[in-house]
Amino acid sequence: MGSTSAQSDNGGLGRRNLIKRSAALGLIAVPTMSFLSACASGGGEEDPKSTKSKGPVSKENPFGVNKGGALDVVVFKGGYGDEYAKAWEALFAKRWGTKVSHLGTQEITGKLQPRFNAGTPPDVVDNSGAQQIKLDVLFKGGQLLDLAPVLDAPSLDDPTKKVRDTLIPGTIDTGLQGGKVVSLNYVYTLWGLWYSGKLFKEKGWTEPKTWDDFLAICKEAKADGIGGLAHQGKHPYYINIVIMDLIAKTGGLDAMKAIDNLDPKAFVGSDAAKAAIEAVYEIVEKGLLMPGTNGLTHTESQTKWNQYKAVFIPSGSWLENEQLKQTPADFDMKFLPIPLLPDSVLPFEAVRAGSGEPFIIPAKAKNMAEAQEFVRSMLSKEWSTTFAKEANSLTILKDGVDPSVELRPGTQSTVDAVKAAGDANSFNYLYPNWYSEMDVSIQNASNELMSKRIMPAEWLKRAQAAVDKAAKDPASKNNHRD
Amino acid sequence: MRKGQNRFIAGFLLAPLTLYLIFVIWPYIQTVGYSFTNWTGQSPVFDFVGLDNYTELFRDDVFRTALWHNILLLVFIPVVTILIALFFAFMVNVGGRSAAGGVHGVRGSGFYKIIYFFPQVLSLAILAVLFQAVYRSDQGGLLNGLLMKMGLVDANSPIEWMNDPDLVLWCLMVIIVWHGVGFYLVLFSAAMQSIPKEIYEAALLDGAGRAQTFFRVTLPLLWDSVQTAWVYLGIVAMDMFVLASTMTPGTGFGGGPDHHGEVMATVLMRNFLYFGKSGYACAMGVVMLILTMIISVITLRATRRERIEF
Repeated sequence: MGSTSAQSDNGGLGRRNLIKRSAALGLIAVPTMSFLSACASGGGEEDPKSTKSKGPVSKENPFGVNKGGALDVVVFKGGYGDEYAKAWEALFAKRWGTKVSHLGTQEITGKLQPRFNAGTPPDVVDNSGAQQIKLDVLFKGGQLLDLAPVLDAPSLDDPTKKVRDTLIPGTIDTGLQGGKVVSLNYVYTLWGLWYSGKLFKEKGWTEPKTWDDFLAICKEAKADGIGGLAHQGKHPYYINIVIMDLIAKTGGLDAMKAIDNLDPKAFVGSDAAKAAIEAVYEIVEKGLLMPGTNGLTHTESQTKWNQYKAVFIPSGSWLENEQLKQTPADFDMKFLPIPLLPDSVLPFEAVRAGSGEPFIIPAKAKNMAEAQEFVRSMLSKEWSTTFAKEANSLTILKDGVDPSVELRPGTQSTVDAVKAAGDANSFNYLYPNWYSEMDVSIQNASNELMSKRIMPAEWLKRAQAAVDKAAKDPASKNNHRD
Repeated sequence: MRKGQNRFIAGFLLAPLTLYLIFVIWPYIQTVGYSFTNWTGQSPVFDFVGLDNYTELFRDDVFRTALWHNILLLVFIPVVTILIALFFAFMVNVGGRSAAGGVHGVRGSGFYKIIYFFPQVLSLAILAVLFQAVYRSDQGGLLNGLLMKMGLVDANSPIEWMNDPDLVLWCLMVIIVWHGVGFYLVLFSAAMQSIPKEIYEAALLDGAGRAQTFFRVTLPLLWDSVQTAWVYLGIVAMDMFVLASTMTPGTGFGGGPDHHGEVMATVLMRNFLYFGKSGYACAMGVVMLILTMIISVITLRATRRERIEF
């Protein structure tokens, strides 16, 4: 510590002390600063609407795209990569002579939030992944373009039809906010359970259609030293697929809508919810979970499932693409709709189906015509096939994949499941897009239930409390489904 | 001081001061401003809501839980880290005893110093990945694997470290302490080496043992360094964002299981980016700032000691 000559003796603040104090105060800045400076936004002034002259509007060019314009595209570079987008952009540039700038990133929020705040967003955004900007938040901020004009424009493949009529029914509902379609969820997704066809063949099991059959397989597996159900415990989103689908299938679409519409009896007082959560808890109670699964990440648990350490795992249809490297060649991945409880309203074939990978056009996009034309082109057979080839998944375009494209076993099994379900028996929850806080609260409760720390009755109470809280938000009046 | 000199110094200070004002002070002021609005964080449009955010904050159970967790960390992290670092530093520098007398560290102390400093070289993000493998909730985890090999844990019900409400905070704390000890060991070592050897030799001649030497000689002479370490570690304990958000379960910056792994920064970020309640999150930021300031001032005051000259 050496000399202390810097300390003044006259009671004033010594130089050293002063330096030390200011250093300490400066240090305080460190933990808080990163958040606080993130709060800095652009000014509150409204940008004047783009006054760029539009090209002539025609049936082939419904938005009046000018040749040689510009387009700024940002896509989430996740499970589907961004090669598909680059292929599209090349096609678009070729057709319109447009100068397209491309960004593929995982940090959607980090990269785009400042741009939204400054009023200079890109023209087309694939707003997906863990760091997506929440749709309800963007919508409330008036940042999203209503996509109705695109959906009502003539389809590229068949100009006598509107784009809207070429899509798989129900797929645009996911993009609803306040009664408007503000995001185009491009990838057709199924949610449910997954298993290995190879393991089933070896064990002589057949697809369980009832909850009892499902539990019986889990029990047999346990006796053989295999976990029954694995789930991605660190992300309780996944176990909610099982819980919520079971509620919808048991109580029918009314039970599902009651939750989306924040019914005061959505959970507490709902027989379907009670039966469903008790059924899920039975898995926990009987020790049919894969050991340790409650604390695993999605990749950890899915990889163990690929190693035959568990029979079933809940996930969406991106699972196969996500696990490409970890899946053994002869694994024979198969999709399974959630098995039925007795007296279910919906049939076994019913599946939660919807669309993911939300593409949005910001309300303040500079090149509005190009952006709209780009989205319209996405819904052409040519671009849809490009996507299926590059990203190994289906799009919401009906029969949107050229028959020459051969599908992997998991994807093929989802196609079969879609056919079996038909339009009438597919359902989808909207609350995760509408009420992120409620969604997170229910996920937390589910994690507690799976870890055996709360009982079904408590889960129902907590889920209902989350619903009641969301209902108090004045903005919830804007969302309703019939 | 002559006039010209003043101007000269002022000229040098102006540029850094301006930068500091723009990049440190101004964001703070903006944050305080935003904390009175219902800003969503995704749009430049917002309304002024007065003190609503702050009144809501007082009723927010999750934030209060997080606050208590930070206070718990604030008590344990500095105490544990400093005690371990002091002990090691003492042993490495003056803990040795030899027949010929004299002051030096235990055998191999140079080697220990390097080993101890190792964790400090790793960034928190790497630590998070590393310790995820340690705390993994199935037999694949280092801890669970070891415990199972020793027959202490049943393979069918492994300890879910990060998913256990009673363990999660302590698990995080262990990482921070493990990370910090090396740095403070070096800090204290440097301070110890500047203590004249004669003092130790005199203590030795008077027949002081290790403990006495430590408490009567080393610690008082190290007080300045300990104080600095305390403030630093206090700030670490108020933050904890990187580890808590990456390692704990839960959607939107972790904080699980069921808010048992929550710290103020994770609640803040979830509200800021995930729920779109950025104005509310800014209010949290302001509360965090005030708390950290109060704690720093208290720490500096409470640990003030008479200065010892040597």
